[in-house]
Amino acid sequence: MRRRLASFLVALALAAPAAAQNRADEFTEKLDIGISTDEIAITSDFRGADLTIFGAIDGFAPDLLAQGKYNIVVSLEGPKESATVRKKRRVFGIWVNTQSMTFELVPESYSLSSTRDIDAIAPANEMNNMGIGVAHMTLSPIGYIGDGSSVTEFRSAFRRLRETSGVYQRDPGGVQFISASLFKASVRLPADVPNGVHVVRAYLFRDGVFVAAKALPLRVIKTGLEAAITEAAHKHPFFYGLFAVLLAVITGWAASVAFRRD
Amino acid sequence: MTIYLPIAELSVNVLIILGMGAAVGFLSGMFGVGGGFLITPLLIFYNIPPVVAVATGANQVVASSISGAITHFRRGTIDIKLGTVLLLGGLAGATLGIWIFAALRRIGQLDLVISLAYVLLLGSVGSLMLAESINALRRAKRNEAMPLRRPGHHGWIHRLPLKVRFKKSKIYLSIIPVAGLGFCIGILTSVMGVGGGFIMVPAMIYLLRIPTNVVVGTSLFQIIFVSAYTVIVQATANYTVDIVLAFVLMIAGVIGAQYGVRVGQKLRGEQLRALLALLVLAVGIRLAVELVLPPADIYSVISSGSGF
Repeated sequence: MRRRLASFLVALALAAPAAAQNRADEFTEKLDIGISTDEIAITSDFRGADLTIFGAIDGFAPDLLAQGKYNIVVSLEGPKESATVRKKRRVFGIWVNTQSMTFELVPESYSLSSTRDIDAIAPANEMNNMGIGVAHMTLSPIGYIGDGSSVTEFRSAFRRLRETSGVYQRDPGGVQFISASLFKASVRLPADVPNGVHVVRAYLFRDGVFVAAKALPLRVIKTGLEAAITEAAHKHPFFYGLFAVLLAVITGWAASVAFRRD
Repeated sequence: MTIYLPIAELSVNVLIILGMGAAVGFLSGMFGVGGGFLITPLLIFYNIPPVVAVATGANQVVASSISGAITHFRRGTIDIKLGTVLLLGGLAGATLGIWIFAALRRIGQLDLVISLAYVLLLGSVGSLMLAESINALRRAKRNEAMPLRRPGHHGWIHRLPLKVRFKKSKIYLSIIPVAGLGFCIGILTSVMGVGGGFIMVPAMIYLLRIPTNVVVGTSLFQIIFVSAYTVIVQATANYTVDIVLAFVLMIAGVIGAQYGVRVGQKLRGEQLRALLALLVLAVGIRLAVELVLPPADIYSVISSGSGF
């Protein structure tokens, strides 16, 4: 059931830039990407991972390429969840969460890599439309937001918090051409990477105009013991709790026996 | 050396967790407390989400209380009947506490309430204990005898109905204050992840006038069951017990506790109480400072999927 839902979400996620892809009819360029693995396993010593994505531009105009008019942006988007930003205020001398705003379905992690700073690649409104980059990502508040005057403040707090915690990162130089039309991009998965289906997206820009996009799914899964523990905790929570207590009882008892001095 | 915590969903340095467990275990063995009131704030300082810290702290308390209770059981210093009455109140309190916990989490004030509760409890219990032990130390210096208990002076607690005879403790007491005390501690166990020994022991001695020799064993007896119940309910309702984190903590904790006990036996009772009072106050002040000082960032972000 969960797997079926996951694959449905992948299909949905991959279909998202389809409208944009239609625009490629006007252009001869095509974009192709590949990753060495479609699955990243989280083991007990997981400390984050670097992912290298290879890609090629087909049907390019050699003169434009020589002038460096082609730019590539590669992003790795984590699974989407709603996120709540809370603001503290001083109440009777102590700091209390007083205001909050929830943003609908934002990626849990986001790593961006590009040939140059994305604001130098295309105009800001183009990036806003496509939602490329932390500053241009769609953040739509849900629920009651009053007169809406605080939306900007909460949006920028959200972006800043996610960037300082390292789950949102960018590398404006992370995409390198290794031959005329072949490129290599590296994106980073942080250590506290969320599990689930991530999406690798690549965008091609020609002289500030979006040309083509491509997306690939990347599954991040817990493996071995970690997966077994998470599954047990969610599928059989009562027995999991019972087992946790039993483990404590055995540990406590073993210690009192091992250190008995009479 | 890092280890990935499957429920907290983050990687931590296993040596730091072992160190925390051992240090808290040492102190809990030295002072005869479960150590939940130390481990939960420490885990929170180390960026473990408070929800996971509270539930996992309760699990660690089970392990440390078991080894203590076994020793008391061998010596026959547990009043099972008294413990059972405390326990019944405790289970009811823990159930209410879990409900409060879930409600606070929904409205986003859980962290604040956990911190406030810690500040109030640690502050008041710490100050009372410190004052009492300083008085005792002064008296010891002047070679005065402990003031004798006035047997006639029982107060309102001893005038309550539903009196029962607790043979092992040699007292005749209403079950209402006993179950009530258990109830209050039960709430604290599930909301704050503490066993509550540091409150229960003084309350049993000073409020209920239960003889000191059965107090520690009996409180440990009830803490085991209330904490175990809390762990199971937290696991079932909130999925927040991280068994990997708990196991690393308890291994280090029970070993640390054994060495703590040895050091504790070399110190005098009132010295121990004064040190424990200072420790309790220090943790309380640290948390109070955090509440009062302007935070590094007035914004915080949480996502709906990560168990907060």
